[in-house]
Amino acid sequence: MPELLMEPISETWRIVASEFPFAIWETLYATVLATGLAIVLGLPLGVLLVAGEQDGVLPLPKWLMSALNIVINILRSVPFIILMVLVIPLTRLLVGKAYGTMASVVPLVIAAFPFIARLVESSLREVDPNLIEMARSMGATPFQIITKVMLRESVPSLISNFTIAITTILGYTAMSGAVGGGGLGKLAITYGYNRYMNGVMTVAVILLVVLVQVFQMIGTKTAVKNDKRQR
Amino acid sequence: MIQIEGLSKTFRTSDGAVEALKNVSLTVNDGDIYGIIGMSGAGKSTLVRCINLLERPTEGTVRIDGQDLCALSEVELRKVRREVTMIFQSFNLLAQRTCLKNICFPLELIGTKKAAAEARARELLELVGLPDKADAYPSQLSGGQKQRIAIARALATDPKVLLCDEATSALDPKTTHDILSLLRELHDKLGLTIILITHQMSVVEEICTRVAILDNGSVVEEGPVETVFSAPKSDAAKRLVFPDGYEELPESDEKKRRIRVVFRGASSATAPLIARMAMEEGILANILAASIKSISGKEYGSMVLEVSDAKECARALAYLAKEPELIAEEVSIHA
Repeated sequence: MPELLMEPISETWRIVASEFPFAIWETLYATVLATGLAIVLGLPLGVLLVAGEQDGVLPLPKWLMSALNIVINILRSVPFIILMVLVIPLTRLLVGKAYGTMASVVPLVIAAFPFIARLVESSLREVDPNLIEMARSMGATPFQIITKVMLRESVPSLISNFTIAITTILGYTAMSGAVGGGGLGKLAITYGYNRYMNGVMTVAVILLVVLVQVFQMIGTKTAVKNDKRQR
Repeated sequence: MIQIEGLSKTFRTSDGAVEALKNVSLTVNDGDIYGIIGMSGAGKSTLVRCINLLERPTEGTVRIDGQDLCALSEVELRKVRREVTMIFQSFNLLAQRTCLKNICFPLELIGTKKAAAEARARELLELVGLPDKADAYPSQLSGGQKQRIAIARALATDPKVLLCDEATSALDPKTTHDILSLLRELHDKLGLTIILITHQMSVVEEICTRVAILDNGSVVEEGPVETVFSAPKSDAAKRLVFPDGYEELPESDEKKRRIRVVFRGASSATAPLIARMAMEEGILANILAASIKSISGKEYGSMVLEVSDAKECARALAYLAKEPELIAEEVSIHA
């Protein structure tokens, strides 16, 4: 068993001071951008998964619903580390290169949007069907039911679920450090795993933990503040 | 006027077809407070949903002022639904909106300007007696207050017809009475036609002018409330008149007569009615069934009395006729 190595504290500090500010920026940037783009794709898809059902407000052909579900399940079942490699041609096409922070956003979005679609689906399923019936009885169009009832009523639940998504995506950005992505994950691997600088690795991990805590805290607070159901 | 003709609704489920409604025909005149009463599973909710076509009938027609709703497109139906609005047992308020915004909801759907919609909503809050709840959220209200907000919302588009789907079933007797009074007041003030679905006899007795009894998907009796309940013919109607079960009633000989007494807010102070009748007139009445609630010092509900013969019956009816807020009629269940 290899002895636990620890670089001199001065060396840890030097690397932390010189490399970490940018790495934190890269991590945040990749996380927020990937989450944002994944919501842009995943939210409408999640809406379709609920509204498009046979007894939904906007019924879609059965074959289309099956196809959507199968595609989402396939994308969700590919391990992220494999997905990153699989989508390299697409990444090259979209970003022009297969390494770097911007390049890591492509697989992050592809991994996250089906996940977000499922989260949105579960949020929307919580909406009381009686409210949808009420809106129909008042002459609401399917689009109005989706925006003014289904989405509006599930805002607190959507915020909670998007918080889950952003913390998960943050974890993925760290993983993308293994195959060319930037950020804290990359530092933890290059210094900690490849060069046995456990001090640097520990700081990187602590920072990731702090980021998750901060995201979760903000998300939970926002969700609770926006929920008018009980006070 | 709402004319329902030959209406049938069959649901296809995994266990086969379920006939929720069978050949239902009804006419509701403008200005009626029309009760549709039946046990749970009788098809009441399906019937009320066929009136605004939330459920599409399998057969038959629904006409409002002569217009066949089944022939309308979705877009045209949405217009009809501003004229025929609905309140529900579970209130169905949007939990993430304030009361004011809930009342604005139907106006938002038709693109009313925000200021105009809010002004209308404030008027309606006043009308339902909750002017101070504009900025409250539904979770901060009691059941009765929630139903008032729901009523205000249903009135926002100035409908001609209000459908009430078990609107008081989740409320206690006092609140039920308050909501029914409000509905009656709105009926009088706005000339609203009200169709009221319920399983509670007391609700029909308190405000309805006409009633249809729905049993197992069919209308078994229909007519003015007093007529229907004073001569119940169907099993379903008899069950409603004798809430404890008419089958349980003691066998009576041919001479005996039965009287149904409906309390529509008679002061509790006038009780004990039966004892007074015995002392003052010497009429001995046997109480066969009774379901009376006392709300704010007033009596609501009904009672079935039995007297010895036709002569006693006539005397008792004459005595009871003098009482205010009370209706007494001979019941002929052997007819």
